[in-house]
Amino acid sequence: MSYGPNPWQQLHWDARAAGNFIGGGGGSGLIVATALSGVQGAVRTGLLLAGLALVGFGLVCVWFEIGRPLRALNVVLNPRTSWMSREALAGMALFPVTAATVFFWPVALWLAAPLALVYLYCQSRMLRAARGIPAWREPLTSPLILSTGLTEGLGLLVATAPLHHAVTPNMLATLSALVVVRIALWFSYRNRLGSHTAARATLALDGAGRWLLAAGTAAPLVLLLALLTSPLPHLLVAPATVLAGLLAWGAGAWMKFVLITRAAFNQGFALTRLPVRGVRA
Amino acid sequence: MTKWTMVADLRRCVGCQTCTAACKHANATPPGVQWRRVLDMEFGEYPNVQRAFVPTGCQHCDEPPCMDVCPTTATRKRPDGIVTIDYDLCIGCAYCAVACPYQARYKTQKASFAYGTPTATETQRRDDARLAVATKCTFCVDRIDAGLAQGLTPGIDPVATPACVNSCIAQALAFGDADDPASNVSQLLAENQHFRMHEEVGTGPNFHYLWDRADTADAAEEPTEAPR
Repeated sequence: MSYGPNPWQQLHWDARAAGNFIGGGGGSGLIVATALSGVQGAVRTGLLLAGLALVGFGLVCVWFEIGRPLRALNVVLNPRTSWMSREALAGMALFPVTAATVFFWPVALWLAAPLALVYLYCQSRMLRAARGIPAWREPLTSPLILSTGLTEGLGLLVATAPLHHAVTPNMLATLSALVVVRIALWFSYRNRLGSHTAARATLALDGAGRWLLAAGTAAPLVLLLALLTSPLPHLLVAPATVLAGLLAWGAGAWMKFVLITRAAFNQGFALTRLPVRGVRA
Repeated sequence: MTKWTMVADLRRCVGCQTCTAACKHANATPPGVQWRRVLDMEFGEYPNVQRAFVPTGCQHCDEPPCMDVCPTTATRKRPDGIVTIDYDLCIGCAYCAVACPYQARYKTQKASFAYGTPTATETQRRDDARLAVATKCTFCVDRIDAGLAQGLTPGIDPVATPACVNSCIAQALAFGDADDPASNVSQLLAENQHFRMHEEVGTGPNFHYLWDRADTADAAEEPTEAPR
């Protein structure tokens, strides 16, 4: 037992930082999902703009968090080693390319989608590089954030089905697979992290994990399998689709919120040896 | 090459916090910001309890994670090992603060004063460039550079030595060039057993803790290991 300055929740990154991971992950995932879904016309335009809006929401959150917002463009100065710089550069490219796709050059979608994927990947590496936070520096954080972003993106596409009626069985099957991959990565991450973080961080993570399992995996899986395998009454199809998408999105967003604002304990201080004082026999 | 290194002798530190006060005086840090702080740690269960006072702060790591994550290149490492922050480049994103395994970085959003309103000294030494950006221990780099320019030896000549080291009443803190085998810190490290905090993270901290003489390694090993 040791007493003294025990690990504490970092307070530098708060809900605004979480907003970047939630908005950026869901938005970039939605752009990727839209590209791969093959939807066309106004539906595609709407989904791409929604994806951009989410990414923009995340960036605005960060802008409100940084101490010197008027210097925000300095963020791009270190792409050599900083995943935050890389994320910013990918974001700077993502906006004009996606806007070009929407307004005058549709084929640019095949540039926008990889850029969104790069943006999401950069985000997934940001937490891992934060070596002061045991729950973040665990290497599986990266695939977990990546899979969560893709799941959130497709979840949002599915959840908005009543607006565009573009959801296909293939999309539902893909979403089913993604929630399974995500929960598998979550359990791997938790197993690897073990007790190498503060007890309160573990409690927060396990709470988020239960939501991810029940609301983010089991419930949407039941709904998606029902939609895929047994014809539901017509009145239930739309609500079931919306609910499945919202749950897949919401549980992932909540997990990221908890990871950043409640499970981000530092590792405190530790002595591997105690001082030897006085006269030894 | 030169590699500036701090050595803290855990056997000598009495937790008086004079180094903390000296640092605050030398660097005019605001309330709540302690570039050099001393932890008061207690180990064991009654009646087998041991207390240790642990000076800590920026470890000026060989592989500083704060520098790698910094998106603006504000955090840099000099050839002599000192990790610096360019306050004019920093955007205050605090990525460095969450990347630091030693909780050595601070970000103060607004000016604050010890007694609410600024004293004459606080008014005189106020530096708005340090607001809303990351700050941390600099190893009193200005004193080192000025001292070297005068041909002085940091760690030996007080004028060229970090304020915390100068102020230590127990000579628990030492500063010097670890790449010089004849330096004070090299000799301390050779004559004593030492460790670095959180070495498993792989940042190569340049802050060493002495815990016993070098010639008593075997006898001391078991009973002095700190509970994790």
